[in-house]
Amino acid sequence: MAGIDGDMAHLSDGLFTTAIAVYALAMVGYTAEYAFGRVARKTVASAAPARELVGAGGPSTTSPPPASVPAEPARRPLAQRIGRWSVGISVLGALIHGASIAVRAIAVDAVPWSNMYEFASVSGLVGIIAFLAVLWRLPALRHLGGFILLPVILMMFLAGTVLYSRAQPLVPALQSYWLAIHVTLVSIAEGALMTSAVLTVLYLVKSRYDASKMQSERLFNLAAKLPSAETLDKAAYRVVAFSFPLYTVAIICGAIWAEAAWGRYWGWDPKETWAFIVWVVYAGYLHARATAGWKGRAAAWINLAGFGAITFNFLIVNMVVSGLHSYAGLS
Amino acid sequence: MRQLVRPLRTVWRRLTSMRTALILLFLLAVAAVPGSLLPQRPLNAAKTDAYIASHGGWGRFLDSIGMFDVFGSAWFAAIYLLLFVSLVGCLVPRIRVHARALARKPLPAPRNLDRLPESGRFETSASSAEYEAAARTVLGRRWRVAPRTEPSGALTVSAEKGYSRETGNLIFHIALLASLILIAVGRLYTYEGQVIVKQGDGFCNAVFNYDSWKPGRLAAEGKVRPAPFCIDQMTKFTATYTAEGEASEFRADVTYRRNVDAPQQTASIAVNHPLRLEGDRVYLLTHGFAPRITVHMPDGSVRHDTQVFVPTNPTTYLSEGAFSELGKDGAKQDIGITGLFAPSPVDEGGGKIGSASPIVANPVLSIFVYQGDLTGSGQPHSVYTIDTSKMHKLGKKNLRIGQTLRLDNGVSVTFDGWIPWASLQISHDPAQGYLLISAVAMVIGLLGSLAIRRRRVWLRIAPVSGSAEPSPTVVTVGGLARSDSGNFTSEFAALLARLRAAGPPVEAPSADVIGAGKD
Repeated sequence: MAGIDGDMAHLSDGLFTTAIAVYALAMVGYTAEYAFGRVARKTVASAAPARELVGAGGPSTTSPPPASVPAEPARRPLAQRIGRWSVGISVLGALIHGASIAVRAIAVDAVPWSNMYEFASVSGLVGIIAFLAVLWRLPALRHLGGFILLPVILMMFLAGTVLYSRAQPLVPALQSYWLAIHVTLVSIAEGALMTSAVLTVLYLVKSRYDASKMQSERLFNLAAKLPSAETLDKAAYRVVAFSFPLYTVAIICGAIWAEAAWGRYWGWDPKETWAFIVWVVYAGYLHARATAGWKGRAAAWINLAGFGAITFNFLIVNMVVSGLHSYAGLS
Repeated sequence: MRQLVRPLRTVWRRLTSMRTALILLFLLAVAAVPGSLLPQRPLNAAKTDAYIASHGGWGRFLDSIGMFDVFGSAWFAAIYLLLFVSLVGCLVPRIRVHARALARKPLPAPRNLDRLPESGRFETSASSAEYEAAARTVLGRRWRVAPRTEPSGALTVSAEKGYSRETGNLIFHIALLASLILIAVGRLYTYEGQVIVKQGDGFCNAVFNYDSWKPGRLAAEGKVRPAPFCIDQMTKFTATYTAEGEASEFRADVTYRRNVDAPQQTASIAVNHPLRLEGDRVYLLTHGFAPRITVHMPDGSVRHDTQVFVPTNPTTYLSEGAFSELGKDGAKQDIGITGLFAPSPVDEGGGKIGSASPIVANPVLSIFVYQGDLTGSGQPHSVYTIDTSKMHKLGKKNLRIGQTLRLDNGVSVTFDGWIPWASLQISHDPAQGYLLISAVAMVIGLLGSLAIRRRRVWLRIAPVSGSAEPSPTVVTVGGLARSDSGNFTSEFAALLARLRAAGPPVEAPSADVIGAGKD
């Protein structure tokens, strides 16, 4: 093992902080579009086929859709322009964030996700990339960027302060190519599941709004700008349908690694137990979505319970419960 | 008889319903929680006992309901066995239904294709038969197609794809069942032994050679014969550290034979790199120091001894241990020595010694020497301590290598040096290779069941009634998504466009009035 390159590690920390600042700027932009983008929303909504039911009577669905998409106005409304800039800023943030992780990798001469700080950083980046990928397919969700960036920024802030650990070489137990495979898969799956959880919270808000009579209240009215409950529910489901097999593979890779490192493929170590719990809860979510009486809000709460279990597994199991997976880097 | 069967059937139907399976899934998740938060006896018996002792009645109550061995408890087993039964009960009819669906042709077209979630209509100048052939080419191999002729003379094409979604789903669940069975089989046949080996020593794979032995049920009954290999000698143990005292490599070089008659081979066992023999794996777990001393006994005899010391501090490897040198029976001339071994010694004042790191740098052996009767009170005690109840202290000293502590009546103790020891674990689980195959099958099934889209499409091809010769043909298309993955609306629109392009368009002006998409 080579030693640690201090200058590189320092550069990585600087890039990490810069990425947080850039994300924060993008979040302000997204939030501005969300809050002031009434006109913009209308245009986007009418461009999509008006399939959603008119239960709520949001402003965009009361009138029948025009026969053809209206010509783009010569100059986009300000809110919409801010939204587009925000996407650009998020991409810039993701690039800086990615550079921070790459530089850290060079500094430690290994994959840089062997402790909580590094794992949180990678997961946050995956969350951002997952959201940008969703935008690619569903541009109408752009104004929701703030809801995705908020938890990412909070997590990165936590990572940079409480969970921070300086760059150091890998202990022998982590010197395996399975570190790259297992932890990468876990961080991708969990980053994506965070996006699903955010979409699920928005779904719960929107469906509550749809069913409620308080639509005249001002603050509550912000929910009117959310995409239809059906769209949110479907998007949340698709992200889980993508993440669940990944998480399964991640657990299997973890078991293969555990067999080589600890002498058994499964030993109910607290981390393993919680991975099992997370897996079972999301399996429950997938089944609930196909079961009469559990569809919709009940399934959504199961999704959130699954993300709760992920959070518990990350924060509490690492910091409070001791086990074999004690690589948090905290002391 | 009927009165008996009906409630049984109801119970069976309840048990195998999705709702019950969901509740059992959540129970399983919730039941696993205490297993991660409370100390578990199979993982850490000492910690568990300490927890029970410090929590009094509450601890004993938790113990009585199996909270310290959650994953071996009856109630945890009850949940997963019920889930297992529920799964079997759910799978068997599904396999039957799916097998029937695979054998059957796609269903005939419903009467009103316009009423399906997706539909479209267009005209073509091709004849019905020509267009039908063209449409089947468009659908290609990915769709299972069944052409039919309706009594009215209209041709219909029923097409369905995505059967592998259900196949994948069934594979996943069957592989899940297989995995559970393989885990259970593995646990019957497994055994796990741990042994501490000093550099230069070896052992053979036999139960009595192990310091700790955890057999599965059949292994405990002697029905599993340990593989006949021998680790003849651990020739060298190497621990490498960074300058800051962080471990960077542990390696045990060994010579071994696969069986008593086999030729000797060499191997390096390291963390993440076990030695794999047929059916058995040898792991390097932990390591430590074994100080070497020379003792001059009260009767003038000389003893050389090397004893394993256990690290009491996992970071600095300050280690603790004892030497027992028996003298003549009943002469009260036994010499007992307790000691601390500090690899990187730090003087903590008052003669107390600590260690700064596990790196060996001019180590110190801090000893207390006793004389008397080592049998003590006869109470069992750890091999790393001695019972000093029938002994008196002769003296104490912190020794560097080569230094000697001289005491009354000719007793002296010399610290000669140290050798490393390693703790090796031997594991046996004949089912784990099959379990991996089954896990891979689970993933493949899961991918199929989540990524493949089940779709049904019907075409009705009929001549326009009452129009002039040559009569154009009207094609009505309807589609239904049987799974909610993907965006069927856009998929259907793309398919409709391809179907439309397959037939030559009707001459103007009628081509302009053709509408597509949802009306």
